[in-house]
Amino acid sequence: MANTHSAVHGGHHPVDPSVPAEYHSEENSLRIAGFWIFLGSDLVLFSCLFATYVVMHGSVAGGPTSKQLFDVTGFTIETIALLFSSFTCGLATYEMRRGNRNAMIAWMIITVLLGYVFLGFEIQEFVHNVSIGATMQRSGFLSAFFTLVGTHGCHVTLGTFWMISIIIQLAKYGITPITARKAFIVSIYWHFLDAVWIFIFTVVYLTGKVI
Amino acid sequence: MSGIVNWAVHFFMLDEGPLIWLSDFLIGIASVGIVVALTYFKLWKWLWDNWLTTVDHKKIGIMYLIAAVLMLFRGGTDGLLMRTQLSWPNLHFLNADHYDQIFTTHGTIMILFMAMPALIGFFNIAVPLQIGCRDVAFPYLNAISFWLFFVAAMLFNLSFVVGGSPDGGWTSYPPYVENAFDPGPGENYFLVSLQITGIGTIATGVNFLLTILRMRAPGMTLMRLPMFTWSVLITSIIIVFAFPVLAVCLALLLIDRDFGSHFFTISAGGMPMQYVNLFWIWGHPEVYIVILPAFGIFSEVVSTFSSKKLFGYSAMVVSMIAIAILSFIVWVHHFFTMGAGPGVNSFFGVSTMAIAIPTGVKIFNWLFTMHKGRIEYKSAMLWAVGFIPNFLIGGLTGVMLAVPPADYQYHNSYFLIAHFHYVLIGGTVFGVFAGLYYWWPKMFGVLLNERLGRWHFWLFMIGFNICFFPMYFLGFMGMQRRVYTYPAGYGWGVINLIETFGAVLMGIGFLVFVLNILWSARYGERDVTGDPWNGRTLEWATTSPAPHYNFAIIPQVKGRDAWWLMKQAGESINGPKGIPFKPIHMPNNSGRPIIMCAFFFIAGAGFVFQWWIPAIIGLIGVVVTMALRSFEYNDHHYIPVDEIEETEAAAGRL
Repeated sequence: MANTHSAVHGGHHPVDPSVPAEYHSEENSLRIAGFWIFLGSDLVLFSCLFATYVVMHGSVAGGPTSKQLFDVTGFTIETIALLFSSFTCGLATYEMRRGNRNAMIAWMIITVLLGYVFLGFEIQEFVHNVSIGATMQRSGFLSAFFTLVGTHGCHVTLGTFWMISIIIQLAKYGITPITARKAFIVSIYWHFLDAVWIFIFTVVYLTGKVI
Repeated sequence: MSGIVNWAVHFFMLDEGPLIWLSDFLIGIASVGIVVALTYFKLWKWLWDNWLTTVDHKKIGIMYLIAAVLMLFRGGTDGLLMRTQLSWPNLHFLNADHYDQIFTTHGTIMILFMAMPALIGFFNIAVPLQIGCRDVAFPYLNAISFWLFFVAAMLFNLSFVVGGSPDGGWTSYPPYVENAFDPGPGENYFLVSLQITGIGTIATGVNFLLTILRMRAPGMTLMRLPMFTWSVLITSIIIVFAFPVLAVCLALLLIDRDFGSHFFTISAGGMPMQYVNLFWIWGHPEVYIVILPAFGIFSEVVSTFSSKKLFGYSAMVVSMIAIAILSFIVWVHHFFTMGAGPGVNSFFGVSTMAIAIPTGVKIFNWLFTMHKGRIEYKSAMLWAVGFIPNFLIGGLTGVMLAVPPADYQYHNSYFLIAHFHYVLIGGTVFGVFAGLYYWWPKMFGVLLNERLGRWHFWLFMIGFNICFFPMYFLGFMGMQRRVYTYPAGYGWGVINLIETFGAVLMGIGFLVFVLNILWSARYGERDVTGDPWNGRTLEWATTSPAPHYNFAIIPQVKGRDAWWLMKQAGESINGPKGIPFKPIHMPNNSGRPIIMCAFFFIAGAGFVFQWWIPAIIGLIGVVVTMALRSFEYNDHHYIPVDEIEETEAAAGRL
């Protein structure tokens, strides 16, 4: 199984046993590389949303501005939760490399829970905004805000479902080259979302609180 | 009761007159005919096992090309309807509404549902064979890409008879396409179906980028890649970085229309120009996505039928990279008249003109490849030779359009229409036809007829020039694009009539091509050697059509034009005699991609009509099918050595 894809290549790329398990076959390495390319295209998607947000930041149409709307406590907690989840996700990868399945699963569960803490505060923020009339139908600024932050939130939501399915597979099959690859890919996805959040934190929330 | 009947009559557009009734009738007859034929000949299982569930790149490529030819027919019919309407002043063959819908579907179908699948079809047909591997990097994902395109195309075409087609042009600029001015499902069809096919295209980009970077046969270094494969590599990179922009652009407009936000409205702080910027940040690279693979096809064809290696290989590669980079920094030239100011317009004017340099390099390279070559004017070569002057006309008028002050004169006039049809037909469509004649034997094991091929070429090429060359002058005479009729007395009538005549000739040319397909299927010359053109690249080293596993033994590549070198050295594709075969690992067929894409269709219909229950069911179906895939561990099988020996013996390669 570990060597399946080398058959496709005629076996001309020997597997180096010193590399981590997730790279233990051509196919794994190919899929991880493919996922990096996908993240590149996802990054372009977020860039466009950021550009649109920046362009529309001032288009408040007499409605609430970012300065009036953003709540420092809320977005600080969101940020801390998500940054910590990225750290715990890294710890899961660390335990995977050491072959500790249970510790790995534990860190992944903590990652998912932190993801839900983040989502909980984000939903609460959105609900609060809507309750005071700051809906996405109110102004161009709010359309762009909800879409950018909401798209990131959708990514996080999907990421938690994905991570849960990987946790189930890890529990079922243990750490094999295949499950290791799957866990590794979901982890780079998770770190990517963290990186995007750092930009949202800076460009949307911090900047929005100042101008 | 009468309320429901009225709703249904309106929904199925039965109040729209005989054109819709005729379409309904034809669609009904065709659908019933397909179902009856499949049932009568007991072909459902064959269809499901061999085609609908396949992950084989060769079959997926064939399906892409069949769909593309059908869409060429649909888009061409739209074109002929438009030409009929415009053939004389004050005609009312179509009313303004219908004309708007038809030019919109014509453009959208031709670019996204004809040019794209045709070229991606060739990616599938040729690339894995050219680089000496057994499938693409992600065969299952490849099937998903195809079915996403397919359901998107079906959804888009459905608009013609259910609810009404989009009518905002293929560029679909707000604020016109916002709900305030353009209510109804039509525009949503455009947004949703492009979104669905766009997701598939991103996946294709990732897939072929990885295939070419990671799956090459030993010895196939990057600078030994066949030029078509190089063009696919560059195109894939452009796809990966351009298509997400389209996804955002469409999504924001759909959110405006479905959920009442204000991205591109003229009220509440919306900015219509942001759409135009986003659209063309995708749209201009898209132009190169559809032309670079055609360049790649011409490179293969010119080199093969001149019996010479490609002139200026490195310059070809560098030119394509330069074009790819420049393609991302020229988008404003589509709207110089927005009034961005002289500085911005100058920058984009100059960057646009700069593209002529690498393109010119490529033109000269093709000419020098032919220079002193032993040229055989097979049909594929005719298209390649025809491409050069026609594309040149399109390219040079493009440079004229790139001059901002001059562009103010012919912006959105028929001059522009003539320009982009010269590059898109003279470049892409000619490339698709060249590719079809060139790779047809590899796809089906049978050659297309050369005599009919020549008729097809000359009718289409002459018709094309009669149809589009006068448009340059009509543009100078003041005729604007997208007008559905015009008064007498402008002097446009006769020129338009001549153009319509040219369009009919193109239509006849296309019918000759269809005749050629049918004739060749029955009487065509069989390709028994697998190498009918004395080819140079690895796809010609194997049987036509190639065996399921492509290569029994992965070939060792010793230089550019790998198969040519092997033939010169008298080597077999399977290497020295006596190398034992090993079982070959292949991916399993799967029904999940088509089921997943059916859910995409349901979700898409939901977003088109704002039916939230189907939309949610569809999206849940998509997520569930993705999750099921994650839990699938047995997704491959091995082809046993006996079977390989049998196939190779039958091909005479033992």
